[in-house]
Amino acid sequence: MADNNFTFILFATIVAGTPLIITALGELVTEKSGVLNLGAEGIMAVGAVAAFAITHHSGNPWLGVLAGMAAGALMSLLFGFLTLTLLANQVASGLALSIFGVGLSAFIGKSYESVALQAVPPLRIALLADIPLIGNALFNHQALVYASWLLFAGVAWFLYKSRGGLILRAVGESPASAHSIGYNVIRIRYLATVFGGAMAGIGGAFLSVFYTPLWVEGMVAGRGWIALALVVFATWRPQRVLVGAYLFGGVMISQLFVQGSGVQLDVPVQFLSSLPYWATIIVLVIISRDINKIRLNSPVALGQPYRPDA
Amino acid sequence: MSDRRVFIKTVAAAIGTTALSPFSLVQAADPVKVGFIYVSPVGDAGWTYQHDVGRREMEKALAGKVVTKFVENVPEGADAERVIRELAQSGNQVIFATSFGYMNYMEKVSKQFPKVTFMHATGYKTGPNLGIYNARFYEGRYLNGIIAGKMTKTNILGYVAAFPIPEVLQGINAFARGARSVNPKAEVRVIWTSSWYDPGKEREAATTLISQNADVLTHHTDSTAVVQTAEEKGKWAFGYHSDMSKYGPKAQLSATTHHWGAFYTKTMNDVIAGTWKPTNVWGGMKDGMIKIAPLNPAIPAEVKTMIASLEGDIKSGKLHPFAGPVKDQDGKERVAAGKNMSDADLGKMDYYVEGVAGKLPSK
Repeated sequence: MADNNFTFILFATIVAGTPLIITALGELVTEKSGVLNLGAEGIMAVGAVAAFAITHHSGNPWLGVLAGMAAGALMSLLFGFLTLTLLANQVASGLALSIFGVGLSAFIGKSYESVALQAVPPLRIALLADIPLIGNALFNHQALVYASWLLFAGVAWFLYKSRGGLILRAVGESPASAHSIGYNVIRIRYLATVFGGAMAGIGGAFLSVFYTPLWVEGMVAGRGWIALALVVFATWRPQRVLVGAYLFGGVMISQLFVQGSGVQLDVPVQFLSSLPYWATIIVLVIISRDINKIRLNSPVALGQPYRPDA
Repeated sequence: MSDRRVFIKTVAAAIGTTALSPFSLVQAADPVKVGFIYVSPVGDAGWTYQHDVGRREMEKALAGKVVTKFVENVPEGADAERVIRELAQSGNQVIFATSFGYMNYMEKVSKQFPKVTFMHATGYKTGPNLGIYNARFYEGRYLNGIIAGKMTKTNILGYVAAFPIPEVLQGINAFARGARSVNPKAEVRVIWTSSWYDPGKEREAATTLISQNADVLTHHTDSTAVVQTAEEKGKWAFGYHSDMSKYGPKAQLSATTHHWGAFYTKTMNDVIAGTWKPTNVWGGMKDGMIKIAPLNPAIPAEVKTMIASLEGDIKSGKLHPFAGPVKDQDGKERVAAGKNMSDADLGKMDYYVEGVAGKLPSK
């Protein structure tokens, strides 16, 4: 698996960053439309258990991913109904969704706790994986890892190069203006919310089917919250989400690696464990420290309910 | 006290008695209600699961004499106090709390319900109606370590651990001493995850150790991720808490497993007989509280024989995993030759012994 230490750390970093990237990019699209969905943790949990259950029954991990995606979309549809149709408070509804999702996943998953899945073999990309040093680290991954790269390219293109992305951002900046020139703000926000939920569902599916092929209650272990924080600290820029997620994964793996190498290190382990969090925050704050650019990138109408007739 | 209050009390008592008489009256024929409080979901393997197996064994052994209930996934905070009080108020006569962090709440509530028997696992505070119990997990770890020392080719043993508290250090050190007793070149590498339960991180730690040439893994965290990772990567592993061979049929060499059923049954028999006293029980292999899981067929026959005989020695008291001389990592003598480490010193363990690489965090 590992050619050497560098290859291993790069490989493990990419794997650790993948669920964060998928979830955070979905949330980014949702937030760009002006909807703040704090339910990522709960949606990932439900996505994880749905994907696990379907994979177990069908034997096909891709049906599982589809199920995780559908479950995530359903969860976010519920959130959309509460906040977009009934105009409930988005922060409170999102937090409720998080707690609800974690509990619901535990309830659904009770009977799957004793089940072990077959590990899905990685998808090795011929030729590219033969490049020395980085080949195995970059091109010998689960298919969902490559999918996360495609997702990144797709989201970046959609937001900044496509007409649809322009409309989406307009809805997030000024829903009243978008409405006045004839766009259906509520429908667009529904679509963005459901997309975000579907991605969080896939993020959960990655954890339970590909990463650690098992289901246990609480296995998402805070990754949904990290993804949410990444979006904010990345000031709603997809490429910074990518940097942040890999940085987080990289520092996490490196500190484990340092511990496991048996060197005598005079730092408390609690410090090492917190390292990924503050390293990511500091770096992202530094690369996005320009206050004007933050204003430019953050959706003005984020978290504000909109009623077309008002 | 006014007459009216007395009247209300009497009526309330009468109603209570009529409505609930088959359950709430304390008579010899009525089953004793027993409550358990667990820190995590019961699940299918792990710390809480083993306690729940114990609860079910006890209920089966004392069928008709006890009725048990449990509350799972109770965080070690103010919620715990509420749950413990609720269990006491709803007529449970014995309450078992199975996590260290419940200690202060158990102490507080036990004072408010002097007629209820409280039993707390892994704590150190006792009272007139509050007993404590724990198990010598390190005895199983020592035997696991011997197998690890015999099976390793790279002489690097990986250990994924949660927090550097004495109970975890006893396990690491016993594992290292076991391995070094048969293979002086063996070295234990520890990765701390700072979390009892995060399968993703446990897996990352396990793959990291494997990348650093560890070929035998074990863990002191709550999921089965480490054993599963070893299975996937074709390495050896030891389960902990539960037999995890289901998750690593080829990988699991053995496991250190916990067994509380007999202890719970004995405690309840004492309570029913009225002979229960607040005790401090620290049971080991001798008491059947700690066992090692069936050995993997890949282990050579002579190692199996050796383990069987050493298991007997631990049971008879002939072999103590921390028999002197015990030297810590810096070469300082912690136990002199010819002596065994005292229980008090075991309970305060805050160092690595020889054979554990790296530096113990926060020292």
